[in-house]
Amino acid sequence: MNGVELRNVTKAYAGLTVMENINLQIADGDFLVLLGPSGCGKSTLLNMIAGLEPTTGGSIHINGRDVTGLEPDERDIAMVFQSYALYPTMSVRRNIGFGLKMRGMAKGEIEKRVAEVGELLQITPLLDRKPSQLSGGQQQRVAIGRALVREPSVFLFDEPLSNLDAKLRADMRIELKRLHERLGRTIVYVTHDQIEAMTLATKVVVLDKGSIQQVDTPENVYRRPANRFVASFVGAPTMNFIDGKLTHDGDDIVFDSGSGCLPLINVPAEIRDLIGRPMTLGARPEHMVFDDAGISSRVLLAEPTGPDQYVRLAVAGSELTARSGPEQIFKSGSDARILVDGARMTLFDPQSGQALLGS
Amino acid sequence: MRYNRLALYGLLGIAAIMILSPVFIMISTSLKSMDEIRNGSIFTLPADPGFAAWGKAWFGDCAKTLGDTCGGLSSSFMTSVKIVIPALFLSVGLGAITGYALAAWKMKGANVMFAALLVGMFIPPQVTLYPLIIMIRELGIFGTIPGLILVHVIWGVAFTTMMFRNFFKTVPEDLLKAARIDGAGFWPLFWHVMLPLSLPILGVAMILQFTYIWNDFLLGLTFGGRAGQPMTVALNNLVGSQFGEKEYNVDMAATMLTALPTLAVYLLSGRMFVRGIAAGAVKG
Repeated sequence: MNGVELRNVTKAYAGLTVMENINLQIADGDFLVLLGPSGCGKSTLLNMIAGLEPTTGGSIHINGRDVTGLEPDERDIAMVFQSYALYPTMSVRRNIGFGLKMRGMAKGEIEKRVAEVGELLQITPLLDRKPSQLSGGQQQRVAIGRALVREPSVFLFDEPLSNLDAKLRADMRIELKRLHERLGRTIVYVTHDQIEAMTLATKVVVLDKGSIQQVDTPENVYRRPANRFVASFVGAPTMNFIDGKLTHDGDDIVFDSGSGCLPLINVPAEIRDLIGRPMTLGARPEHMVFDDAGISSRVLLAEPTGPDQYVRLAVAGSELTARSGPEQIFKSGSDARILVDGARMTLFDPQSGQALLGS
Repeated sequence: MRYNRLALYGLLGIAAIMILSPVFIMISTSLKSMDEIRNGSIFTLPADPGFAAWGKAWFGDCAKTLGDTCGGLSSSFMTSVKIVIPALFLSVGLGAITGYALAAWKMKGANVMFAALLVGMFIPPQVTLYPLIIMIRELGIFGTIPGLILVHVIWGVAFTTMMFRNFFKTVPEDLLKAARIDGAGFWPLFWHVMLPLSLPILGVAMILQFTYIWNDFLLGLTFGGRAGQPMTVALNNLVGSQFGEKEYNVDMAATMLTALPTLAVYLLSGRMFVRGIAAGAVKG
């Protein structure tokens, strides 16, 4: 198979297993984002694909070739680092051409390829400068250029935008996406920033504590989280969680938290099988609906963000966040009625944290 | 505040006088004739300054010596140059490579080796002098210039390795990873990436090693023999073993001549030296 494949990859440091039996298939041309909090093993996984860290067990295949025992430069990959990692004593031109030179490519050919990449990334005027004379964004472009010039079949990115300021990060994000669409090469991209994951990825892998939590499209990771960890890690402000159970209220189904009943609308039919079972309800702020049919709650605080506002509410014994349009006015201490959109909420098993109902 | 300044400059002035007055006496005495030295105070300036004593120190006094040379320092200057240049490049070069290998490549036993080198650095040469003599004798190069060079390299490499290793340890891990991905192996990584980065440290190591080897007396005396007599040993012979009247002016001129190369190196490269030190490279 083309692309990248990880089979039962295991990593241990001094006898301590940090990753066990990682299986992952990255299709040719995918933009795969490894997403997770710091220490979840995403960078270790990327370094193992790059060949910078040895695997303890399992095998890694790139374009159908077993590369587990190969050196990084034999794997047909290129990598971009968070710190850019440009060679400080070399000009931009030599930085970009260094990998080609190491491969013994002819001088004329190197010149040609460097010029092409310079053109593509619009860094031609910078080619004769030293990295220390460039801004952070320019250095990042050069680092990307150094990866592009090699024309590898897989690009690896290790948090490439983390050192840039917010504005530049947004610009570079768009540029990376364009670059991927234009080149169509496989990209494996590590980040802890869910916005980057959502906007760039064709496929997201959510990692926690060295194991894969979910592999899916960005939409599904957001809408149909596989477990409570994924649900709480993806999305800002974070998802609301309420412990309780579903009960009947006349013809309707409501969620009983023990100190109040949250009314639900648009309830899917299959939910009836879960009535009475203890569970955790997960609802994102935009799944909470202000409606006169809802339960009474007290407004604690409203945070306007411009297009929306997020309202902290004390309801049914817990504190929840709900999204509202900017026109409505919420005074602290006032009363608001709220209910949950049953079609979009997620239900979790309280013990395992796994999502109930096929997600 | 003003009195503090005054006290500070006063103290600095006194220190400067204490350090510079012997130098002044040396220069002024070397420019005097023996008659003037006999009759005057050592602090008076030369009445009729001349370089006769400097010439005598450099070329020797052929009327007074017994052997085939005239006893001047010129021939031992050349010997010192022949010792210093290879010893300098070998000790700094090997130190750079060893330090690089210890810092940038994960090897089994790297830390043990580094600890051993550190111990080697802190043991005074006198302690290992005798076993070293046996070693060099067994190699058949005792009493020759190559033998003396080897001893200097053995002694210098511990120090230069430590300097380079500590510097290369500060190179970011990502840079080494990037080089590995670019396919740079042991030597290309050293030549194209690490060595150009280490220029300030290279300068400092060169200056310190030059000074140390040029100023060395003990190793030169022990291992050099007659063929490999460096300038310091020749100076000692010149100053210590003359018959008849002691020619202070010649002694002073000879001492100045011996110290001149290190002085020149410091003056010419002083800025680089300070920058290298400021780069945080010289530890321990």
